[in-house]
Amino acid sequence: MSQVLFLKGLMLGIALAFLLPILLPPGPRWRVPGGILLGLAAGLGIAASVPPGYLSYLVGFLTMASLYGLLALGLNTQWGYTGHLNFGVAGFFAVGAFTSALVTIEAPSGLAAQYTQVLFGLEMPFLVGVLAAALVSGVVALIVAVPVLRLRLDFLAIATIGVAEIIRLVFQNERWLANGPQPLRGIPQPGRCLFESRPCEWLPDSLAWVVEPLSTRDYTAFYLMVVAAFLALGYALIERACRSPWGRMLRAVRDEEASAAMNGKNVPFARIQAFVVGAMVMGVAGALYAHYTVAIDYSHFHALFGTFLVWIMLMLGGSGNHRGAILGAILVWGVWAGTAFLANALEPVLAAIHPELPGRAQYVRWLLVSLLLAAVVLFRPQGLLPEEMRVSNYLRGPRGR
Amino acid sequence: MATTPSDASDTADTTRPLLEVSRLIMDFGGLRALDGASLDVRPGTITGLIGPNGAGKTTLFNVVAGVYEPRAGRVYLDGDDITGLPPHRIFARGLCRTFQIPREHASLSVLENLMLVPRHQAGESFLTSLLRPGRVREEEQAHRRHAEEVLAFLDLSHLAQEYARNLSGGQKKLLELARTLMAEPKLVLLDEPGAGVNPTLMGRLVENIERLNRERDITFLIIEHDMDLIMRLCDPVIVMSEGRYLMEGSPAEVRRDPRVLEAYLGGQYAAAGG
Repeated sequence: MSQVLFLKGLMLGIALAFLLPILLPPGPRWRVPGGILLGLAAGLGIAASVPPGYLSYLVGFLTMASLYGLLALGLNTQWGYTGHLNFGVAGFFAVGAFTSALVTIEAPSGLAAQYTQVLFGLEMPFLVGVLAAALVSGVVALIVAVPVLRLRLDFLAIATIGVAEIIRLVFQNERWLANGPQPLRGIPQPGRCLFESRPCEWLPDSLAWVVEPLSTRDYTAFYLMVVAAFLALGYALIERACRSPWGRMLRAVRDEEASAAMNGKNVPFARIQAFVVGAMVMGVAGALYAHYTVAIDYSHFHALFGTFLVWIMLMLGGSGNHRGAILGAILVWGVWAGTAFLANALEPVLAAIHPELPGRAQYVRWLLVSLLLAAVVLFRPQGLLPEEMRVSNYLRGPRGR
Repeated sequence: MATTPSDASDTADTTRPLLEVSRLIMDFGGLRALDGASLDVRPGTITGLIGPNGAGKTTLFNVVAGVYEPRAGRVYLDGDDITGLPPHRIFARGLCRTFQIPREHASLSVLENLMLVPRHQAGESFLTSLLRPGRVREEEQAHRRHAEEVLAFLDLSHLAQEYARNLSGGQKKLLELARTLMAEPKLVLLDEPGAGVNPTLMGRLVENIERLNRERDITFLIIEHDMDLIMRLCDPVIVMSEGRYLMEGSPAEVRRDPRVLEAYLGGQYAAAGG
C-alpha cells in the first residue's frame, strides 16, 4: 500500500469514523468507539481494495450525502420537531453558501474586478466563513420568521417557497452583491495547501514528508473529512438540544399549540427558535457546499435540489428522528446518484422511440425519486427510523433517579 | 337588567376576589359572544359556571386565559390586571385552564405530557440544553419525580409510558387535571370536566377536585352542563346568559330561580311553569 493510498484511506476512514457512530443504533456503550474503529478500518480497507476511480467516486458521493445530511438535520428540527412545513430550504442553503464565499474570497482587483463584482471579499479563514454563514442564515430566518410563521402548514409552505425564490432571484440579478448571473469563483478551500507542491506555511518542516506525495486531486478526501466532522458536530449539538426539554417543548407545540400555550410555553418564540436553528444548520451546509464546489452561482439553489430532495430524504429516513434524517440523506443521495447510470443506460432505448427523447433522459431520475416518495408515504409514512416516544434523553434507563 | 357581582358583593363577602372579570365585551364578526360579562371568583371556592349553550362561558374562559383579547373590559387575577397578556404569561401568574375536548400532546408519553408543564425549565433554553447538561439532568429528575407523584395521586401510574393519544376520553380528562397539578396553580379553569366521562371515572374526578381544593387550596372555576356534578361539587354557582352575568347563588338557589329557568328554557315556558 503506497503512502498516498494509505493517507487517502486514512482520510476516508476518519470521515467514516465521524459518520458511523451517528448511524449505529443508540444505546450500547460501544457505539461511539466501535463506530470510530469500524470507520477507520473500513476506510483503509476500501482504499486498499477498490480501484482509485471508484475511491474518488465514493469520496464525492459521501461528501454530497453528508452535506444533504446537514440540510436534512436542519429541516428535521423545523418539520420533524416543530411542524414547520418549510419549502424554502434552498433559500437558506444559498444564503449560507454566498455568505461564506464572500467572507472568505479575495476581493478582485484590477482587470478581474471588471468581470467579477462582489459586495466585499474579506479573505477570512474558512471557519469564520462557516460561522458567518450560520449567523447570516439565522438572521435571515429571523427576519422571515416574524411575518411568515404566523402561517401554518400549506400556507407556510407557499410563503417559504416564495422566500427561497426571492433569495435565489436576488443572487441571480444583483450583480454588485455576488457577481449576479455569473459564477462566483475562487472560493478558497481549507487545508488545500497541504496538497500543493509548496506545502502550508504553518506545517512544520519535520512533517512535510507526510503530505509530500499528495497532489491536489487527492484533496477531495480531505474535504470529505471536514464535511463529515461538521455533520457529526451538527448532529451531536442538535440531537442534544432536541432530546432535552427544548425539543419536548417544540414537539408539544407541534402536537397542540393551544395546549402548549396553556402549559405556559411561549409558542411563537418556540416556533421562531426552531426555525432559526434549523436555518442556521442549513446555512452551514451551504457554506460547506460553496467551499466544496469552489464556484457557485444562483442556479445551484433551485428548489428541486435544494428543497425537495431534502424533503424526500427526511420522509424516507423518518421525520422527527435525526439519525433517520441522516440515513435518509445517504440513501436518497445513493438513489439519485445511482439513477444517473440508469438514465445513461436508458438513452439508446429512448432514442429508438423518438430522437428527441434521450436529451430528456435525466428527467427519468426525477420520476424515480418521486415514485420513491410516493412509496414512502404510502407504505412507510413514519420513515425507516420512526420518531421515538421518549423525547428527553434524560429519561433514559429504568428510573431517572 | 342583570345585577353585577360588585353590587352583590357589597352585602355578601368582602374578601378580595381571586379572579375578577369586569364588563368584558367580545365579538366574533357580527356575533357578540360576551356582552359586558362580569363575575368574581372568591379564593378557596369551587365555583360553578353554568348557562345555556351560547351563553359565552367558553369564550369567557378563553379571554381570561389570554387566548382572545377582549374588545373591552378587564380581567384581574389576585388584584393584578392580566387583560390581553399572552397565555404563557397568565399561566406564569398561577392560572391554568383545561379544554372541553382534551388537547393532549398526542405524540408524547403521559409522563412527558406532565413533565412539559413546570415553569422555568433550564433545559427549555436552547443554549442551556447544550451547555449545562448536568443542571438539566437534575431538573429532569426532579420533574420526573413530581410527575410520578401526580400520576400516583390520580391513580394513573400504569399509563406513564403510554402515548397520550391512546388514552380513553375519561383518562384524557384526568390527564388534563394532572397537567394543572404539575403547575401548582392558584386558580384552575375546568371546561366541562365531566363531558364524556363514565360514572366511575367521574366519581374519581369529583373526588380529586375536592381533594385538591381542600388539601392544596386550589380555587376552581368549572363550566359544566351536568347538573348533578354542579350540585355535588360547586358553591357558589354563577349563571351566564347571552354573554352576560345573570345571577349567583348556592346550587339550590340557582335551581329555584325563575330567571335561570327562563334563560335555559325561554320566556314562555318559564312563565307557564312559574
